[in-house]
Amino acid sequence: MEDTLVLGGRKFTSRFFLGTGKFGSKETMRKAIADSGSELVTVALRRIDLEESQENILSFIPEGITIMVNTSGARNANEAVRIARIAREAGYGDWVKIEVINDSRYLLPDNQETIKATQMLAAEGFTVLPYMHPDLYAAKALVDAGAAAVMPLGSLIGSNQGLKMRILIEVLIEEINEVPIVVDAGIGRPSQAAEAMEIGADAVLANTAVAVAGDPVMMACAFARGVEAGRLAYLAKMGQEKAVASASSPLTGFLYDE
Amino acid sequence: MKITVNGREMEIADGTDLKLLIHSGKVDPDRVILVLNDSVVKNDLWTRTILAEGDRVELVSFVGGG
Repeated sequence: MEDTLVLGGRKFTSRFFLGTGKFGSKETMRKAIADSGSELVTVALRRIDLEESQENILSFIPEGITIMVNTSGARNANEAVRIARIAREAGYGDWVKIEVINDSRYLLPDNQETIKATQMLAAEGFTVLPYMHPDLYAAKALVDAGAAAVMPLGSLIGSNQGLKMRILIEVLIEEINEVPIVVDAGIGRPSQAAEAMEIGADAVLANTAVAVAGDPVMMACAFARGVEAGRLAYLAKMGQEKAVASASSPLTGFLYDE
Repeated sequence: MKITVNGREMEIADGTDLKLLIHSGKVDPDRVILVLNDSVVKNDLWTRTILAEGDRVELVSFVGGG
């Protein structure tokens, strides 16, 4: 069965997106991407020291994978726009995950500044995927601003708390039909990724839960399968939850009936 | 001559070009994105770009991120 996700004009067969932070080694990261089948990864842009002799992360990202630079570190729309422009000017494409954060304890996204940055970058031809707090009005504004997808947080970044924002994400899934909904942040287990897909999310982006696992490569594969299982369940249309039992076996012809 | 590199003041010799600046360190040049006074300068232009007093240089690179 063909079930492709069209996002920013590209087709994705995997609905599992992977962040590249916190991996113990770049080789482990490379294998996690390759073995999980993820086709979209995020990277960050940071200042480097001239005396630093680190390997180039980009050379560990398999061929054909869509690379999306995040604007982490940006505290307002202008800083986010600057990061995106630098990445594009340097020749690394125009896919950007907007992440505007002011709050260092909870790392919650600033929806207002995110909308502004989305407007500016979409107008410049970027493919913009904003990380956002799942608010319906903000999501609509992001769509109007030209976002290619809306990426609500499942729960706090790196918290592994799962789909705490479920009820609000369900509202977005129901009301936002113009662009895909990608659940980003806080997804700690494959079962939580499956849950996001079961309720109708179009894709899941995970990082911490994979990168800090005992075996990150195996965990990436587990997440990919969780996403796939949840997607299939959504397409298959799940049975309704009931308050009382409903027998699975026939209620007639019992062996001991008189 | 003084320039600013990643927000810190640095003393360099007159006539230093961008390639010389990058190669003065241990960093892999292929990894570096060089931003001179808010514009990215591609590495094929590094030898042709001579630094001037007060220039602001940002050396950035992609790193792992979510």
